[in-house]
Amino acid sequence: MYLAASRARQDTGDPATAPGGRRVAGAVIALGSVSLVTDVSSEMVTAVLPLYLVIGLGLSPLQFGLLDGLYNGATALVRLAGGHAADRWRRHKLVAGTGYALSALSRLGLLAATPAALSTAIAADRVGKGIRTAPRDALITLHSAEHHLGRAFGVHRAMDTTGAMLGPLVAFALLWLTAGAYDAVFVVSFCIGALGLLILIAFVPGAAGRDTGSTSPAAPRSGPSLRSTLALVGAPGFRRVLLAATLLGLVSVTDGFLYLVLQDRLDIDTAYFPLLPLGSAAVYLVLAVPLGRLADRIGRRTPFLLGHLALLGAYAAVLVPVGGPVLVLLLHGIYYAATDGVLMALGGPLVPRERRAGGLALLQTGQATGRLLASVLFGAAWTAWGMTPALVAAACALAVGLGAAAVILRDAR
Amino acid sequence: MKVMAVVAAGVVLAAVAVGYTVHAADRPAPETAPGAIAPGLHVRTADGTVSGTSLSCHRFYAAGDAAVCLAAKPGFPPKTTATVLGRDLTTRHEVEFGGTPNRARVSPSGRMVSWTVFVSGDSYTASGFSTRTGILDTRTGYLVKNMESIQLYLDGRRHHAPDVNFWGVTFAADDNRFYATVATGGRTYLVEGDMAAWTARTLRANAECPSLSPDGTRIAFKKRVLPGADDPWRLHVLDLATLRETPLAETRSVDDQAAWLDDRTLAYALPGPDVWKVPADGSGAPELLAADASSPSMAP
Repeated sequence: MYLAASRARQDTGDPATAPGGRRVAGAVIALGSVSLVTDVSSEMVTAVLPLYLVIGLGLSPLQFGLLDGLYNGATALVRLAGGHAADRWRRHKLVAGTGYALSALSRLGLLAATPAALSTAIAADRVGKGIRTAPRDALITLHSAEHHLGRAFGVHRAMDTTGAMLGPLVAFALLWLTAGAYDAVFVVSFCIGALGLLILIAFVPGAAGRDTGSTSPAAPRSGPSLRSTLALVGAPGFRRVLLAATLLGLVSVTDGFLYLVLQDRLDIDTAYFPLLPLGSAAVYLVLAVPLGRLADRIGRRTPFLLGHLALLGAYAAVLVPVGGPVLVLLLHGIYYAATDGVLMALGGPLVPRERRAGGLALLQTGQATGRLLASVLFGAAWTAWGMTPALVAAACALAVGLGAAAVILRDAR
Repeated sequence: MKVMAVVAAGVVLAAVAVGYTVHAADRPAPETAPGAIAPGLHVRTADGTVSGTSLSCHRFYAAGDAAVCLAAKPGFPPKTTATVLGRDLTTRHEVEFGGTPNRARVSPSGRMVSWTVFVSGDSYTASGFSTRTGILDTRTGYLVKNMESIQLYLDGRRHHAPDVNFWGVTFAADDNRFYATVATGGRTYLVEGDMAAWTARTLRANAECPSLSPDGTRIAFKKRVLPGADDPWRLHVLDLATLRETPLAETRSVDDQAAWLDDRTLAYALPGPDVWKVPADGSGAPELLAADASSPSMAP
């Protein structure tokens, strides 16, 4: 009786409870495990890559910086393509798996120490990440009850962040063990990435519908057209969330700049600079689930807006300065915990199930494009006016953006 | 069944990972031989050691009666050890700090030592790298870990800015005057510094990684000729008396602090890396000096 009822709700697109009665679906735990393992793999590489390029291969840091920025921008389109492909063929798991496989394989490209091979490997990694993100987040929404989405994303992001924190530690332990053998880091990273892919294949169920083999009678043979995915931009509720996310992305200083400003203003020893992101990540890790649950209970709009208020608080704490690095990193971690997964939980239910991956891809792309522009603008402001005026300007922009977003999202939940 | 399959595959992957790591850790270390820093050219060779010695350095420079060896220490966070050595390779000073090796210099007498490291964050750092430069007076033991505390005069006016960044120090024969690059507000400048007064004043814009000639009259530097990352720098020599610059015959982009072999010739590394030399007066043509090598320096 219970099973039948639960099944029926699932088919109508709103599973009230995950199969088995748990409030976080097995699929979410499985996806979280895949992300955890994959993030160990990818963060071990990103942690040592600058060292490898500059010390190991003698590339100029400038070349590396440009390379990195270029690829980060290019993934926006790939993300849209990945999301749309997953909807179109209703093969979320396959598309996500392709992304994971591409990133894992890219590690082997790093072993060939020529600039061309390195560029290809770094590009392949970013493309893989771009492809998999939207289908993965769509799978999380498709396997979770709508009123538990915040918690589901909280659990996923906490696992994801755990992997991201472990990665650098594993990498530097390996470098220490092998007296600086970067190739060992890449091979181990490949093995860990491959394990993540296997976990995905074995334990993550596809989206209900085509992926699981049972097609509901009314469903058309193939998924939505590109036009109908892009038409989401005009869908009333979704349009507001997309607009707010893009706007807030545009007025948020990227992490790297915040850490640089923090280090400079609070005079932190350079040796500890790489540890700053770990501070934010630790806070994010701890608060992702509680804030996700809070978002489920009181609606996602309030935590999303308050999260950006925490970012504004972080700017203020750097500017005044009060509270030292601990307060700044605490606020920065709260910002991530209250906005990252919560945005997906806010926007996901506004997109029809069959266009979920494409819709989430639009949302992520809007936010990422906003952030990319923000970092260009902030860099220019820093150069023209100096660091402190640039940060004051960024804080003012964020305050205005936050007010506008509160109005735009007035009806959202 | 699925669990078994994943566990089995996991065991195979773990075996590969462990096997490769053990293999990498067992690679023979370069042979060590006692020695001294002989007069003549020294470079960092392909196996990471300084030619003619058993020193493992990422950046090396010898002058006067001393040498400095910068070695990256893998770890989290990454650190660098600067070891100041006598010509007989005995250790005189050892300093450890955050960052990864970039430039190293010793004053003509061997008394003053300076280094520049890159301080990188990680994947989260959008702007990539910034530099930190330290100076050590080996006679007094006075150590400046980060020379950003120096009083900087930009075009004659005292300049305060949080984005000030120094790199590539080169010392004059008096062990007090020095030259370096400063970057602020998105531009780079050549500065002349005074250790005792702890001041630095800009001499001209767009000059990086200065290297003072043995006779003290000229500075070799890299000048940015193109924006962006594709071949941005050309080697030039600046006459300190007239402040006139001369482009050198090397037309490839050089990202290095050049070393003077004598008063007429400069050595520098190009990507490969290989060490090349070129006449310092703009004449002639570049010549390969040492293949698979970097970090040249000429020990007297």
